[in-house]
Formats: sequence, C-alpha cells, structure tokens
Amino acid sequence: MKLTLAGPPHLPPINTVSGVMKQVLYALIPGIAAHVWFFGFGILFQIALAVGFALALEAVMLRLRDRPLEPFLTDYSAVVTAVLFALCMPPLAPWWIALTGMVFAIVVAKHFYGGLGHNLFNPAMVGFAAVIVAFPLDLSQWLAPRQLSPGLPGLWQTAQAIFTGSLPEALTWDALSQATPLDALKTGVAENRLVTEIRDAPIFGDFGGLGWEWIANFYALGGFWLLYRRVISWHVPVALLATVVVITVPMWLMGPDINPSPMQHIFSGALVLAAFFIATDPVSGCSTMKGRLVFGAGVAILTLAIRRFGGYPDGVAFAVLLMNMAVPLIDRLTRPRTYGH
Amino acid sequence: MHDFEVGEHLYRFPGGLRLRHHKQIACRDPLARPDMPEALYLPLQQHQGPVGELLVQVGDRVLKGQPLSRARNDREVPVHAPTSGTIREIRRWPVSWPPDSDAECLVLEPDGEETWTETESAAVEGWRQADPADLIEHIRAAGLAGLGGAMFPTAAKLRGDWPQVHTLILNGSECEPYISCDEMLMRERPGAIIEGGLILARALGAERVVIAIEDQMGAVDKSLSRALAEHDPDDVCRIVEVTTIYPEGGEKQLIQVLTGAEVPHDGLPQDLGLACLNVGTAAATRDAVIEGKPLIERIVTVSGPGIAHPRNLVALLGTPVRDLLAAAGGRHDDLERLVLGGPMSGLPLATDRIPVTKGSNCILVLRRQDTRREQPVMPCINCGECVRVCPASLLPQELFKYLKAEEYDQADSLDLFDCIECGCCAHVCPSHIPLVDWYRHGKGVLRERGIEDARAQKARQRFEAREQRLSEEKQQRRRRREQREEKLRSGGNAKSEVQAAIERARAKSTGPDKEGD
Repeated sequence: MKLTLAGPPHLPPINTVSGVMKQVLYALIPGIAAHVWFFGFGILFQIALAVGFALALEAVMLRLRDRPLEPFLTDYSAVVTAVLFALCMPPLAPWWIALTGMVFAIVVAKHFYGGLGHNLFNPAMVGFAAVIVAFPLDLSQWLAPRQLSPGLPGLWQTAQAIFTGSLPEALTWDALSQATPLDALKTGVAENRLVTEIRDAPIFGDFGGLGWEWIANFYALGGFWLLYRRVISWHVPVALLATVVVITVPMWLMGPDINPSPMQHIFSGALVLAAFFIATDPVSGCSTMKGRLVFGAGVAILTLAIRRFGGYPDGVAFAVLLMNMAVPLIDRLTRPRTYGH
Repeated sequence: MHDFEVGEHLYRFPGGLRLRHHKQIACRDPLARPDMPEALYLPLQQHQGPVGELLVQVGDRVLKGQPLSRARNDREVPVHAPTSGTIREIRRWPVSWPPDSDAECLVLEPDGEETWTETESAAVEGWRQADPADLIEHIRAAGLAGLGGAMFPTAAKLRGDWPQVHTLILNGSECEPYISCDEMLMRERPGAIIEGGLILARALGAERVVIAIEDQMGAVDKSLSRALAEHDPDDVCRIVEVTTIYPEGGEKQLIQVLTGAEVPHDGLPQDLGLACLNVGTAAATRDAVIEGKPLIERIVTVSGPGIAHPRNLVALLGTPVRDLLAAAGGRHDDLERLVLGGPMSGLPLATDRIPVTKGSNCILVLRRQDTRREQPVMPCINCGECVRVCPASLLPQELFKYLKAEEYDQADSLDLFDCIECGCCAHVCPSHIPLVDWYRHGKGVLRERGIEDARAQKARQRFEAREQRLSEEKQQRRRRREQREEKLRSGGNAKSEVQAAIERARAKSTGPDKEGD
C-alpha cells in the first residue's frame, strides 16, 4: 500500500488558473458579438492577430527565460491580455499595431517583470498605452457604426485593409471612419459648443454613443456572469461605476450644457469594459477588499479627469496604469484587522 | 427562564466555505464495535502537553480501566488500559503526529476477558453537590483530553488563572465534511452529553450551558431536546443551531458566531467568561464522574469514497486503523490517501498501523480520483479568493509571498500565528499553492528561531553580566590599589600600618599556642 503524505486540504482543487482565464474569455463573447454587429468583422481580425502574436511572444519569452511551455502557454493568461487589447483597437487598425502592442504587453509588461503573477502593470493596458502614444493617428480611425455607414467592409475587404492598408475603391476612409463619440465631445466642448448641441450628431445614441452603448451593455452582461460565477468580486465594478455616477451627476445637474450626463460617460468608451474586465485584473490590482474599492474609485476619478482635462479622448488605460502604481500602498493601508487583534 | 446571552443572537464570521457535507453516508448504520484487535498500541502522549508518569512494566497483567500512567499536574494526562490483558512490550510504533513518525507505545495484548478494574471508588457520589475541585481531580484522573481533535487536557481547561466563566459552550458542530462521530453521539447518547455538560459547568462554576449543533443535523435537535426535558430540570442548558459554514466549528469561530466577540489573540476563551468543550468530552466526563470509567474508547467515523461501508465505530484506544477499515467493510484497492480527521485540515497517515488515540475523530479513506493530484503549482495571480475565504481575516497570499522569500519576520508581523490552518485558502487557490504547508513551515521556522533567539539572548545576558562583573572587579582592584598608594604616600601611616600587620600576624601565631597550653 502506497500512501501519499501531502498536507491538507485533501479535496481536489475547485479551480485552476486556466479555468479562471477561460471564464473571462467566455464572458467577453456577448460584447464581441455586439461589436461585430455594429462595426463589422474587423474586431475578429484584431483578436486573431493579437492572440497569435501574444502566444508566439509568450513562447519565445518562456524559452528565453528557461521556463517550461507547459503549463504557462496554456494558462490562457496571454490570450486574455491579447483579447482585451484587441477590444480597444479600431477594427481596421493595421496588423503591426497588434504586434507592437503585444511586444509591450507580453514581453515588457509581463515577462520583463517575471512572468505570470509578477507584473506590476496591467499588460493589456501597457500595450494599449504604447500604441496610442506611438500611433495616435491610426488609432483614431474608427469606423462608423452600421447605422451610419455606407456599408461595413466585408471579410475580404477587412483583411485587405488590415494587411495592406488599402481600401476597396468604392470605399474611402472619409466615408468609413468617424470620430468616436468621446472624440466628438472633446473637440465639441473645446470649440465652445453646448453638449446638448453636440449630442444632436447622429453618432450619439439613446444614452451613450450609437452602437457603443449596446456593446457596453453586452460587456456588462458578461461582467454580471463573472460576478455570479465569483470569478471577480463586486468591489471594483461597483466602486468604479458608482464613483463615475457620484462625480458626474452633480456636475451634469449644475451644467447640463457643458457637462456630459453620467449615462453618456458610462456608455461611451471603455468604461464598462474596464469596470468588469480590465480594472478587475487580479495580478496588477489590489488584493484586499477595501483596497479594491479604492482602486475602482481611483480608476473612475482619473478616467474622468483625463476625459475632461487630458489630451486623450478616453483615459481608462492611463487611469488603470496610474492606479497600478498605487496598489502596493493601497494594499498596505487597507489591511484587514486580524481576528482577535 | 434564564436570560441567555450566548447564542441569543447569531453572528457571522468573515470568510469560510460552504462545502458538501457527505456526513449522512456514515450515519445510516448504527454504532458498532470492531473485533478485538490482536494488540492495542497505546502512545503515552495522547494529548497536548508532557506525558504522565509510567506506572506499569513489560509483563504486567492489567485490568480494563486500570491506569497505565499518572498525571502529576493538570497538563499531564494519564492513559488507561482499554481492556484487560498483558503489557507485551514498550516499543517505537508509528503515530499520527508529526506525520510519518513513531513514538514510544505500550503494546497491550488483550486476554479477551474484558475484566474491569474496580470503578465504584472512582465515581463521585452526588455530583450535583460535589466540590468543583473534587470533580476536576476525577476528570484529570480519568485521562480526559479534548475529543474534538485538539486533545487539550480537559482539567487544564477547567481551572486556571482567569475571570469567572459564566457560560460553557458544548461544541457539537463538527463542520468538516465526512466527520459524523459527534452527530452519532448526540443521537445515541444525548443524556450523557447533557449530564456531562452539567458536571463540567459545576466544575467551572458556569451558570449556563449552550450546546451548539449544526442546522443540517435534523435528528440531533429532537434527541437532545428530549434528553433536556429529562436531565436538565433547572433549565440550565440551551440548544443553539448554527449555520453550517466551514470552519464554524473551530473554537474561535464558534465563539464569534455565538457571541459576536473575538477571543483576544494573546488570550483564551476564558478571558471572555467562556469555556468551549467538545460534546464527546462532555459524554466522557459523565462516564468518568458518574460511572467511574476512565477514557478508554471513543466513536470514530470511518468514511470516504474509498471504503466499502462508511460507518461510525466505537473503538478502543490503541486500535490500529487497519482494524477499523476492516470493520467498515474494507477499503478499495486504489486507496491513495488515509487521513486522520477531515478532508480540509486532517493529517495524512503514513500507514494503517497507526493506532486510534483520544483525538481521532475520523478516518477518511480517499482514492486517487478523490484527492488532489500531483499537479504543477502555478504562480500566485493575486486573485484574492484566499483573502475572501480566510476566517481569521488574514492576507494568505501576502503571507505566502513573504514565506517564499524567507522573510519570516514580515510573515510574523502579518499575524502568521493567528492562522488556524483551516485550509480554506488552499482549497480555493486556482494556482494550487499548498498554502497550509507553507504556513506550518513558517511557524516552525519562527518557533525555532524564537527558541534560538531566547537562547541567544540568554547567552548575551550572561556574557554581558560577566563582562560587567569583570570590569567591576577590575575597578575595585584599581580603587583598592589607589587607596593603598594613597595611604603609602601619606607617609607615617604606612609604617604604622605595616607595624599593625606584623602585630596582627604575631597575635595570630601565638594565639593557638596559648590555647594549646
């Protein structure tokens, strides 16, 4: 009789790292589907490119660092990073943007810091920050949503645009691309136009940006599923969204002509995606429950500040990265009181 | 009616896990006894604390219930002969703690007669009026130690330097999956538990007794209530159902659930006016005080997917685990792990020759597919699940990081020693980090270092004391020399001093002569 002497607990584990990552990917499916509906197939190409580059770079880095490919290549953490990055890309962004982003995300942010579990910064957001700083023009060329578009490019046209940069003859960038709602708001307010007036533009929907608002809704749907499955805790999403509401409601009530409504804030850009999928990244986030509340609130405040005062239309990525820096301090200051102390 | 404070209102403790109980599978059959083993293996240490004084020799014939060792203080616990027979040898034999170790054991070969030693004189007559000190003496002499698994000497829990205990908590909430020995006991012998509780309350001077059971133990509530009507005329006891959330049966958590208060980290439940004992200990107390029978047997759950007929057995102390497995229908062939205790915090057993001791509540039999496989440990991804489930509000992942970096002092400052090793964190960890093993290792290192520190400090103190003594002596010598030089320098005095010394010497040498005359 051969008995194993491993310590307790003796029950099989109830979760795995790859299991957690896979659930995050499943939860993104509704949002991605909505994205395809409103903006065409581009996002699928962006995801495929980013995932391919991420896995290749992950394998190379594991080799260079003398780490086994198994189990690290199949833990899906690089896939989650790549998908979250791709979801922030314009659908027709050229292929080398995904490559550049993944070099910064996987090589710099992840493996230079010690690989899975050791990165201080959210890898997807490091990749995004790198490409938006390096290629601001390419990242501003968003497609107009289906309702305003003369015709979304098909599969072949999308592939051509991404890999060769050329568009089919009938389509031109001017016809296809459109400022995002956040862009429009930013430039509009800078031109001293009223928010109500800016919002009359067709790119705005019922409460956010046209199309965007529905994608955000589907992200939230996936987020609720993650909450239900206890993959993420409620602290970050609740703190983040509640802080946005608490700050923007009084401003909007006082000056509805110059300040966008809370709904407008939440349902445009990447706020909902950030609330459930990005700011909830465990590795680069806080580990105490109170700390997560602070982290979520901090991301919200910084995002609003960047949207209002900063040079970029959306500030989620920078807000997350700035809060990543504060994590060790927040964790230290929010340690729970031990039983009996 | 009494005004019950404890258990009047139930509180939540942070964290914890709702686990599948798996308890009923071992409760279907009534209690049974395994066949008399060929030999009983009795470690002298079946409790937390120093061993008692050995009273028998190899070759001695002993009677059932006869003391084999003697307690010289409340921290020592005697061991009694579980049956009549002969002490064949005293030898090293595998035991459960520490894992994969052995210890001095008395090997008792039963004669099959089950001849009792005289018990009447060991019983206390009229215990309801008995002197508490007398009750505690009897409990100590009967070899009682916590039957919940911790094996803390019962007598040491009953008297000590602490404020008046007002409420005795009888812990019947065995929160770990599979373990059902206390549930069986509460069903089969509810009266013994209540009488034992009243005896313990008298020994403590406590006014109230709260019996905590789990809300999913259906039959227990009824059987206890019926017994209350019979044995508790003064309405001292009260049954409280607590929600089954592992580890609510841990002493600290149970006290938090029942009172909302926390046991101070450097204190005892008694500091809150509470004492917490297992229901099995209460029943054993009753047998010791009313019948004069020492602790020689206990109920053991033999359960798990790897055993043919899971059930509860009344086993003599010293019965090898192998005999229990046989009495439960035998084990499956692909047995992979034997656990003493529950699946969350139990000890792995190295062999089935290990004997049952006073704290052995459950033998869990697990096959390969029921337990953790050997799987790669991933890095911590800081998911915080461990933080969410920790009932002590620790930061398990931070403790792990410090321990891995061998920063033991940092781990200590994050209250490593307040970890109760419940295993919740390791159970939910998606990276499969053996967190409890790390904490035990860290505590071991810190304890050892604490001993070393104390030793080093003592050595330093001795060294410093010696240095100081030497330098003081040196100074004194210098001072004396200076004084002498001073005197010499002051002239005439010196001569007279020399003169005086000579005279003193003369007087001394002549002295004895005179006496000799």
